[in-house]
Amino acid sequence: MLARATTHALVGLEAWPVEVEAHLQRGVPAFSIVGLPDKACQEAKERVRSGITSAELEWPLRRLTVNLAPAGLRKEGSGFDLPIALAVLAASHQIPAERLAQHAALGELALDGRVRPVPGALVAAEAARRAGLERLICPPESAPEAALAGIEPIPVEHLAQAGAYLRGTFKPPRVAPPEARNGSGGPDLADVRGQERARRALELAAAGRHNLLLAGPPGTGKTMLARRLPGILPELTIEQALEVTRIHSVAGLLPAGRPLVDRPPFRAPHHTASTAAIVGGGAGPRPGEATLAHRGVLFLDELAEFYRPALEALRQPLEDGSIAIARVQGHAVFPARFVLVGTMNLCPCGGRGDPAAQCSCSPQRLAAYRDKLSRALLDRFDLVVQVPRARSTELAGSPGEASAVVRGRVESAAVRLRDPPDLSKPGAELLARAVDSLPLSGRGRARVARVAETIAALAGEASVGAEHVAEALSYRSPTELGSWT
Amino acid sequence: MDLTVIHAIARHDPGYPPPLAELHDPPSRLFVRGEVDALSRPGVAVVGARSCSAYGAQVARTLARELAAVGVVVVSGLARGVDGEAHRGALEGGGRTVAVLGCGIDRDYPRSHAELARRIVASGAVVSEYPPGVEPAPWRFPARNRIIAGLSLATVVVEARERSGALITADFALELGRDVFAVPGEITSGLSAGTNDLLRQGAAPLTWVRDVLEGLGIEPEPTPRTASVSDAARSLLGLLGDGAAAADELTRASGLSSAEVAAALVELELGGLAAQADGVYRSFSPGRSPGARRPA
Repeated sequence: MLARATTHALVGLEAWPVEVEAHLQRGVPAFSIVGLPDKACQEAKERVRSGITSAELEWPLRRLTVNLAPAGLRKEGSGFDLPIALAVLAASHQIPAERLAQHAALGELALDGRVRPVPGALVAAEAARRAGLERLICPPESAPEAALAGIEPIPVEHLAQAGAYLRGTFKPPRVAPPEARNGSGGPDLADVRGQERARRALELAAAGRHNLLLAGPPGTGKTMLARRLPGILPELTIEQALEVTRIHSVAGLLPAGRPLVDRPPFRAPHHTASTAAIVGGGAGPRPGEATLAHRGVLFLDELAEFYRPALEALRQPLEDGSIAIARVQGHAVFPARFVLVGTMNLCPCGGRGDPAAQCSCSPQRLAAYRDKLSRALLDRFDLVVQVPRARSTELAGSPGEASAVVRGRVESAAVRLRDPPDLSKPGAELLARAVDSLPLSGRGRARVARVAETIAALAGEASVGAEHVAEALSYRSPTELGSWT
Repeated sequence: MDLTVIHAIARHDPGYPPPLAELHDPPSRLFVRGEVDALSRPGVAVVGARSCSAYGAQVARTLARELAAVGVVVVSGLARGVDGEAHRGALEGGGRTVAVLGCGIDRDYPRSHAELARRIVASGAVVSEYPPGVEPAPWRFPARNRIIAGLSLATVVVEARERSGALITADFALELGRDVFAVPGEITSGLSAGTNDLLRQGAAPLTWVRDVLEGLGIEPEPTPRTASVSDAARSLLGLLGDGAAAADELTRASGLSSAEVAAALVELELGGLAAQADGVYRSFSPGRSPGARRPA
């Protein structure tokens, strides 16, 4: 007696179809799972057996073999519990096998038979729909997420419910895909007083998706500013939201009750993060922080404290918008198109740049601190802004412009940037002059030109004038970068 | 030109710089890498603290740039801080500069200035009284300072702590009867204690490059370069005349937008009229409105 169920295995950010075959034979009662299951998947045996008995169904006292095909693909995680249990039930004629074959299934089983959510429901649902299946049996928590894929989710709280549904005695509730909710949430720019230059740089970073480095003494509001960037980024389109949701679904990061990531994500890994944690990695490659920040903001607080290899590994995604990871177990390309925001002090002791403090760093220590960031990485920050200490009068002043107002400007500029304004003659002349007199690399020049385009777009101008190029240059002025040699 | 060639000039060779011979113990020979004739032109020493402030670095660089622009050779010691800035400023000004070392001239000391030394040698010279191979040692530096003073018709101390090596250079210059200038600094800053001490002892305060040039009988550049700046840049330059300021302070004080201020500041930087360090902008001609002349 053989029965089949369909499920999916996660490989990188993709779901590969996996056929679960359950075969009952005569012989001494035994249960084995074959087809490269990992430890968590191997342990499904115990959960499936307990789940089936808890659901007051019958555990077949036969020799039972479960095969996960294709047998060469590594199966990771606990999402195979539910499909294995269903295949076993079908093989023992407790549910109709032909009805099961029309469904995909996904979920972990508790020992009492409840169905628990697992990561990656959205990609599994999409893969199922591509394979021509119309329904996915899944835990109720994953149902809205699966509905995004255009498949009909069958939310089941318990294995018994799944059995009842397949026998036609239980009708699960219909689940509609979640709607995108507009509005920002998160901290508001109105909280920031003074800091006109840094605010301006933040607005440019949002409009043109430019990487931003905020440098200054401790306590001047660098982190506070950076955390307000997602609030002024343009809304994600529905395709972008799905793309981001897919990544966060696989990483198991979707917040309960909010299955669609409809705002640009903000990721702030701690500076002790390893290279693999930042760009992704592991045996079967898993996405890292850079990929989780896709379409949003990757915030590296205290940039110079990060491991240098971890920072240098970001150079590829900063250029290409994706990360290619090769491992023995597999190869994966993860999207990673994010705005990089870094903060750093001007010296290790933090006193530099603060009129009220004396820097106590020796030149060697200062050089060692700045050497942590390679020129190649610094070159990729389009906007470098020094955040000075605000005077007390500034802090007592009125609140700044609210995020919603800034986002309005950013959104219209982002639309204009789809067809970037041309460089005018005076603008081109100034740029040529700057290249001659500043230590600007070819990439540096291209980045200044791009920032100038953003400035012109924010101003609503049809072409990039000299004043726009001049402002763009001010965010990577010669002393800002040149004095670091 | 082969940059690895080392010239040796003995005490009585015709190429031996005459001002140096006035020392009471002139070096018996000089080892030179680069252009030997850079030593025979009028030189001004710009020296100061290794761990200088942003203010000191900027003054040294600007001063050296303006001196170099009118053909003065800037002499210094290739150390970190003020010395390095002085050499860089002179190179930026398109002029020549001479670095005097306290070790053999084949040593890259300090190592971080190896590239700077290569650029100096291309138009100016790196000089030492020690034969190639001699290692740097602290007790050689005072002796090196006497050569800096000896090669220069005037010595400018930009920033110096009490007991700084730059003060030794100033002492040698005074012994030779040459002009010594000190750049005034804050009386509360330890980095200006040495220079303020010099001023109290009667050194001339340096507030303008003209101060040095007049003593040497050199006519400074007649046209100030502020003629063609925009109105916004001009008003910022006026504000910077009252002291260094951060971009946000300039934005509030000028009533311009942050974008306009950023553009105007770049204009000033590219024009060589102001510079920024650690987020603070300084004008290069402090205290004077653009184009103004000092009353004679």
